[in-house]
Amino acid sequence: MPSILFYVVLTAQNPIDNARINGSFQIDAQFYQPDEGIGITDSVIAGRKVGINGYGNIIYSQGNFSGGIRYEAYLGPIAGFDAQHEGNGIANLWASYQTSMIEITAGNFYEQFGNGLILRAYEEWALGYDNSLNGMRIVFRPISGLTIKGVYGTQRFYWQKFERNNRGIVRGLDAEFDLNELISPLQSSGTRVQLGASAVSKYQRDADPIFNLPENVGAFAGRLNITKGKFSLMTEYSHKINDPSILNNFIYKDGHAVLSSLSYSERGFGVILQLKRVDNMYYKSDRGTTSNALDISFIPPINRTHSYSLTGKYPYATQPNGEMGMQFQLNYRLPRGSKLGGQYGTNIAINFSQVNDIKRNPINDTTEINQDGTLGYKSGFFDMSDHIFFRDFNVEIDKRFSTKWKAVIQYMNLYYDIATIEGKTGYEPVKANIALADITWRMTSRKSIRLELQSLFTSQDKGDWAAAMLEYTIAPRWFFTISDQYNYGNPDKDSQNHYYTASLGYTREATRLALTFGRQAEGVVCVGGVCRVVPASSGIMFTLTTNF
Amino acid sequence: MKPNLILLIILITSLRIVAQQESVQSDIPHVMIRNLNGQQFNTADITNDGKPMILSFWAIWCKPCLKELDAFNEHYLEWQEETGVRIFAVSIDDSRSTARVAPYVNGKGWEFDVLLDANSDFKRAMNVNLIPHTLLLDGNGKIVSQHTSYFEGAEFEIYEKIKKIAGLN
Repeated sequence: MPSILFYVVLTAQNPIDNARINGSFQIDAQFYQPDEGIGITDSVIAGRKVGINGYGNIIYSQGNFSGGIRYEAYLGPIAGFDAQHEGNGIANLWASYQTSMIEITAGNFYEQFGNGLILRAYEEWALGYDNSLNGMRIVFRPISGLTIKGVYGTQRFYWQKFERNNRGIVRGLDAEFDLNELISPLQSSGTRVQLGASAVSKYQRDADPIFNLPENVGAFAGRLNITKGKFSLMTEYSHKINDPSILNNFIYKDGHAVLSSLSYSERGFGVILQLKRVDNMYYKSDRGTTSNALDISFIPPINRTHSYSLTGKYPYATQPNGEMGMQFQLNYRLPRGSKLGGQYGTNIAINFSQVNDIKRNPINDTTEINQDGTLGYKSGFFDMSDHIFFRDFNVEIDKRFSTKWKAVIQYMNLYYDIATIEGKTGYEPVKANIALADITWRMTSRKSIRLELQSLFTSQDKGDWAAAMLEYTIAPRWFFTISDQYNYGNPDKDSQNHYYTASLGYTREATRLALTFGRQAEGVVCVGGVCRVVPASSGIMFTLTTNF
Repeated sequence: MKPNLILLIILITSLRIVAQQESVQSDIPHVMIRNLNGQQFNTADITNDGKPMILSFWAIWCKPCLKELDAFNEHYLEWQEETGVRIFAVSIDDSRSTARVAPYVNGKGWEFDVLLDANSDFKRAMNVNLIPHTLLLDGNGKIVSQHTSYFEGAEFEIYEKIKKIAGLN
């Protein structure tokens, strides 16, 4: 009898009843073959004929508890990934308990304070970027409208385990106030106001034989968001105390970063202006690293992320040592039935962005600018240099002509300081004009053909390019693509190459399989603020992804 | 007699538990993201009074995502009238482009709910690998179907499934 009662209790608490497991897997594989035409010889491949990156991620959750594990294997890493990726093992392991008031996580986690200006831990699989924190995190919501977060830990550095003094320790606190929630008379107000403040500190031992380096480096940020009707203002200011590192040539200057945006939007019309200033704002948990890892801060580039191969050929990457930039974007929808809008309406987007270097003035008559062991330079808040890093003006028109036909056309004018952005010292800045058309013909309700034609004109770097792509899709499962990028304007006649590919893919539910044969041109892939240089390659690429 | 009574209690208790689980348990984890005004939004609030839902992960720089959402928007009113479906479009734009999402969405005149997942916390919790990624949920928040990638015309199959979830065919 007691045993039967026990069974009742057990049934009531059976963990299977409300447990949930979900997960995802991905494998990216590349098989390389020599291709003399684009300079890939046996010695370039050096025996590494296959690169495979893969992961599996499983999350278990039951009631207020959840836990996860992530396995990764880069054997060997595919071309363009840092060689330090090579390896396999458990990348993330974590457990978390969550109620409406408190959330505690132990293990590997990701986090962002505000816009990430002084702390952002995130992961971008396509770039091989992961600066997850390994430690603990508490999120506390004592009353409605107030969120307090506290984190501490060490950052992921490829497969290198944290050991005492092999890299720094990161600690951070963030508080966010939603004034409309906190102050009851404001609850129904049409003006929404949020305030936030954060502080981050890193500790790394000073073992430098020459300089006396700060072992604890603090950074602080404050932010304000106001939304009133159709207007929205977002601004964040961050300040970092002196943080000499290999990336700022060991100067003792404080750093700062400001990001502001003001937007207005209504149905069919949206406009936004963004401004940014960054001064000496590299903030990494190891002052000796130059690799694309261990960033504590995230300084977002503010320019459009382009989605086509030639408009995306010269992507901008933030210069944390100093830059001043702006972006303006206008979206307008010509209404249906108007003279220019046509039967289906027409979308127009105009975008402009420019980023310059900051102006640096000597700290005194005898010290050179940026001399190590000094305060480096002086730069007032509005001191902007004439040196342009990047400028992009683009217009895009998106129009549907009938139920069967639609098209996107785009024009882009670009200025790209390749010497600064890609480190190709001595190269002239690239000035380019790019035009493209993307035409879709919906043959039946499920079958369609898409044609992309692009042209890039420039006298610098590798000269002119033309690209064409033809895609046939059968929704929702199949796609077939053939494409070619032709570098017909390369000043080096022997390098006027075709980069042709053929792809096919199959998708069913959340499983996707894609296979590409052909050549890949050298390029830069950027997601968020991080970029990865992809070398030219030739062969077969395969991607399998699924989740449940 | 006595054991039978106990068995009955067991049966009733188990049935009650199963019934509760089915009506309450959702597949959506609780993650704090933001709405278009920048205010915190608990993903537990992704609900629709027992009617079907579409949850779609997208970003401003993802062309197929924009095409899919444009296609949804074109049919949204009609779909809503027939099935009561509600669409949540979760942008994974990071701070590089989060500020541009609201003017973009308004400029496009999209009618559905748009949420901001600037550090991909919700995307990770849902184990989404690539975007566009679209999940179809029943009225209890249970995942009925999910799909990665978008090709022209895929919205018709999605809508067929939504009708099925709504019990229309």
